[in-house]
Amino acid sequence: MVHTISITNTGESFSCAATQNLLAGMEAVARRGIPVGCRGGGCGVCKVHIESGQVRTLKMSRARVSIEEEQQGFVLACRSYPMSNVVVTAVQGLCEPNTTMRSRP
Amino acid sequence: MTLTGVLRPGHVQLRVLELEAAVKHYTQVLGLCETDRDLQGRVYLKAWDEHDHHSVVLREADEAGMDSMAWKVDSPATLRRLASEINESGLATEMKWLPAFEHMKTGELFRFTIPTGHVMELFAEKEQVGNGMPLINPEVYPDNLKGMSPSRFDHCLLYGDDLDRTLELFKDVLGFSVSEQIVTAAEKMLIGVFLTCSNKPHDIAFIRQPVKGKLHHVSFGLDNWGDVLKAADLLTRHRVSLDIGPTRHGITRGETLYFFDPSGNRNEVFSGGYIAYPDRPTLTWTDDELGRAIFYHDRAIEAKFLNVFT
Repeated sequence: MVHTISITNTGESFSCAATQNLLAGMEAVARRGIPVGCRGGGCGVCKVHIESGQVRTLKMSRARVSIEEEQQGFVLACRSYPMSNVVVTAVQGLCEPNTTMRSRP
Repeated sequence: MTLTGVLRPGHVQLRVLELEAAVKHYTQVLGLCETDRDLQGRVYLKAWDEHDHHSVVLREADEAGMDSMAWKVDSPATLRRLASEINESGLATEMKWLPAFEHMKTGELFRFTIPTGHVMELFAEKEQVGNGMPLINPEVYPDNLKGMSPSRFDHCLLYGDDLDRTLELFKDVLGFSVSEQIVTAAEKMLIGVFLTCSNKPHDIAFIRQPVKGKLHHVSFGLDNWGDVLKAADLLTRHRVSLDIGPTRHGITRGETLYFFDPSGNRNEVFSGGYIAYPDRPTLTWTDDELGRAIFYHDRAIEAKFLNVFT
């Protein structure tokens, strides 16, 4: 079963199998919008709010998603598998974790 | 014995979200040896060339990160002296003695919290289980090593706010020296410090961040650059979440590879680096050269390397 995932921050969307987490689905087709961190539910960088649709989640670090936040629809994209078409908003801005500090030429 | 006082990192206890996934990662991919489990379900592991019973403890919890880091000191007398000096320094809180064997196969242990919010422990004795080879006429490595098979747990890099007082504690009370430091170019404010209690470029490092008690990475030592490249092969073979590398650090000069355990705790394997004698001058990096300091080849540092921690 394949679902469509939309990211409000960038207006991008991509197809994601029910067996693939939202973050891996986004990375697999080189879409942008959800910041990529540890990919293991620990760092919280890929936290999103589910605007519509349903996901199945694996255990997420409570230091990053509290029980209250989870009840309000916040999840970590790396631990969330789509059960329908899903619309998400990334909590961290795209630029924050993806900027690069350079000291070259 | 000329290396005295605090000898080395003894063990680190990590929180993981799912125990068996973590055990599989740390034994099959990283290649540590499981040595024990306790009644609370914690799993004890060691790298192959370590003689002590364990150097990594995994505990299943609701959040990822580091519970504590423990240091082996040279004797019970040193343990008493350092505990007393830590107490008198006023730099530590939540100080507590744990009786012998409360921590698996380990003697009396002194626990304290440092100004950056991390729990540290000192101990003098731990049961030795050997490195799989005889002490008389040994081989150079044992049979049946798995995964990356680092020879040792080497160091941690930690994030915390009160860097100045933590540095004071490690330097003035525990006797560490500063091998390298990072300062802001303009104000010369200390933002990172690399500390050694041995001949290694670092046994622990701290970066100033407005958080308490956070883990940036746990690091394990490999023999050479070829082993680092093979470790990167294993990350792909096992589909492990890659962070950065293989590449080289300016700071410490180590050849390095960063990746994540299944709960998002960052691991490093590395090789190389210089020998840090106590009279070696401290190297200083300014933050406008941070890209080259951290990743010497790319000369750039993705913010996610700094912003992703547990």
